[in-house]
Amino acid sequence: MCGITGIFNIYEDRKIPLDTLRGMAAVIRHRGPDGFGFYADKRAGLAHARLSIIDLSGGWQPIHNEDKKVWIIFNGEIFNYIELTEDLIKKGHRFYTKSDTETIVHLYEEYGIDCLKHLNGQFAFAIWDKNKDTFFIARDRAGIRPLFYTLTDGALIFASEIKSLFLDSRVRRELDPHALDQIFTFWMPLPPRTVFKNIHELPAGHFMTVAKGQVKKERYWDPDFTPETHIKTEEEYAGQLRELLIDATRLQLRADVSVGAYLSGGIDSSVITTLIKNFTDNPLRTFSVAFHDKEYDESVYQREMVEYLGTDHSYIKCTYSDIGRVFPDVIWHTETPILRTAPAPLYLLSKLVRESGYKVVLTGEGSDEILAGYDIFKEAKVRRFMQKFPASKIRPLILKRLYPYLDNSPTKALQYSEAFFNADTTAYPEKYYSHVPRWSTTAKIKLFYSDNIKAELKGYQNIDELSSLLRSDYDGFDHLSQAQYLEIKTLLSNYLLSSQGDRMAMGNSVEGRFPFLDHRVMEFCAKIPATLRMKTLTEKYILKESMKGLLPDSIIKRTKQPYRAPDSKSFFHDGKAEDYVEELLSESALKRFGYFDVNKTRRLFEKCRRGLALGFKDNMAFVGLLSTQLMNYYFIEHFQSHISHEIDNVKEQVTEVI
Amino acid sequence: MTTGQIQQTVKKFILENILFEDNEDVIKNDDSFLQKGIMDSTGVLELVRFIEEEYKISVDDEELIPENLDSVDNLAKFIKGKTG
Repeated sequence: MCGITGIFNIYEDRKIPLDTLRGMAAVIRHRGPDGFGFYADKRAGLAHARLSIIDLSGGWQPIHNEDKKVWIIFNGEIFNYIELTEDLIKKGHRFYTKSDTETIVHLYEEYGIDCLKHLNGQFAFAIWDKNKDTFFIARDRAGIRPLFYTLTDGALIFASEIKSLFLDSRVRRELDPHALDQIFTFWMPLPPRTVFKNIHELPAGHFMTVAKGQVKKERYWDPDFTPETHIKTEEEYAGQLRELLIDATRLQLRADVSVGAYLSGGIDSSVITTLIKNFTDNPLRTFSVAFHDKEYDESVYQREMVEYLGTDHSYIKCTYSDIGRVFPDVIWHTETPILRTAPAPLYLLSKLVRESGYKVVLTGEGSDEILAGYDIFKEAKVRRFMQKFPASKIRPLILKRLYPYLDNSPTKALQYSEAFFNADTTAYPEKYYSHVPRWSTTAKIKLFYSDNIKAELKGYQNIDELSSLLRSDYDGFDHLSQAQYLEIKTLLSNYLLSSQGDRMAMGNSVEGRFPFLDHRVMEFCAKIPATLRMKTLTEKYILKESMKGLLPDSIIKRTKQPYRAPDSKSFFHDGKAEDYVEELLSESALKRFGYFDVNKTRRLFEKCRRGLALGFKDNMAFVGLLSTQLMNYYFIEHFQSHISHEIDNVKEQVTEVI
Repeated sequence: MTTGQIQQTVKKFILENILFEDNEDVIKNDDSFLQKGIMDSTGVLELVRFIEEEYKISVDDEELIPENLDSVDNLAKFIKGKTG
């Protein structure tokens, strides 16, 4: 795991300033604290911050091919690199390291851009092919590892994190109101947008080439829920899913350092830890988050799994003030406004992992998307039922079953929740049916826009940009598959794997790995019939079947509790706000930054301060507004002073390869 | 306490705490909160907590129905009935 960054002159030879490259690597060195490497000629400058995991002594980057005409920088892991390397050696390639990075170079020489099809892994890389005068960047299928870029002044400037791009003085720092509008609806900017104007993300499953002055971007992978013509039996699906997950877990344990695992108490991480315990030789070391507040805490189930598996376990117990305290650091790493505090405890957890001497963890991320675990999928099914059978007597019973874990559940006042489930969804096209209640609730945050932002967004319809992300055959998918596909295309890569995943782990130099996101597992699950992914209202039915006999019944039968953390409560203690919250939501800061209406925001602040904000709507608004203010503070107003100490410290640590 | 006073008080609460608004014209006394999207189910719980404290009354679960709570008019009638 690492950080990569660089500059490519698209049209002509020009000097690449080394100081700029050094700074670009320095600000992301939390991703790679073990050292730096650089390459520069007159077309391309490549920089790499390294976290050593495979080939500890020999894996320094940039890495090149036999005649030094092809150079690469790479962030991530290629899990099948051993098999690929054997094959490439047979084909005559000569390796000078034992790293998976070099495997990609030779694979690219052998297959060109099609090398992507052979890779099983989580990756973002850049290849400079001097022979073909082609610059090639690519990102893994699910979007686990990040890659951002901008095109300016005849250059492609790219990096694992956006802050790195801002070290090149040609790149402007400005928040994009259209992206804010997307975040305050979908929870994240729709790729390729980021919250910054003119800064793009290379979307999951995409690559880009720059050759002879032409920039070309293409999708090479996308989840496909088209049903198979030959439907297997339930037992066959369950058995094959188990075998695939065992193989994915085995492959992802490949590393030259110790590998740990997260244990949340839910079924997904229980599956992964159980597979490690039963089917591999890896000693099981586990980590978890517990909460003081019982509404969020799952430690009863965590302890049950710890005892069941006999693992060596550590945990952090997270308080409200812990979350409030680290939240500014969290936003420095997410580089985007967020609507929930849920990433903060994971940031604290990765710190514990690192301090325990581990730098790689396996987690259960991805299972809910590919195997239909989320409430939003159930809600959509219930809403369709309600609308089809308005007189059915079992309606109240179904509603009560939906959210047993929430203190302030929307089902408490039954007639009102019926109204929620009967909500008019015609404001959006039918194909987005599953997600409309979430988007409508979230969009209430727009109430807080300042007049300036409202004026700038006049006539803008953010939903129009969503359809361009979807497969052309999306309309033909069944309802559940449409909902899962939407979830994968929006929240998975751009919130869970980034704000809550990569950025929180890498903030403490820890790499997450996700067996459920092995592309073979994802492709297999997309072909399992929808009725087996969710049977009536049983989420992840086929996964539970596949794990029978391996997991305790109480874990399998447990109703899913989504991972959440306390929101607005985390920022006030005894009726007093954290200092930075007071400052950033003050009248003067609100006016200076100009995004939000002062009076309305102050009222929300006051409501939260008095502990009266109970619902999702107010809490999402509060976290969304505060994190936007933090973004402006760190990235627009105080960027130079915030990064200066990081740049100063780097000079003596440089390992140059030029 | 007149019905008019109750109407004023609950309206002010909704404006300031649910809608974060200054402009009184955004709710009319007979607007349905549900139909106008003024309040969701959590808003209802907040509203109930407020009227319980403000008027020293207790609202039962069975009373959480739109006939009692779904407009400024309905609320005033309901509170008036409870405080008698």
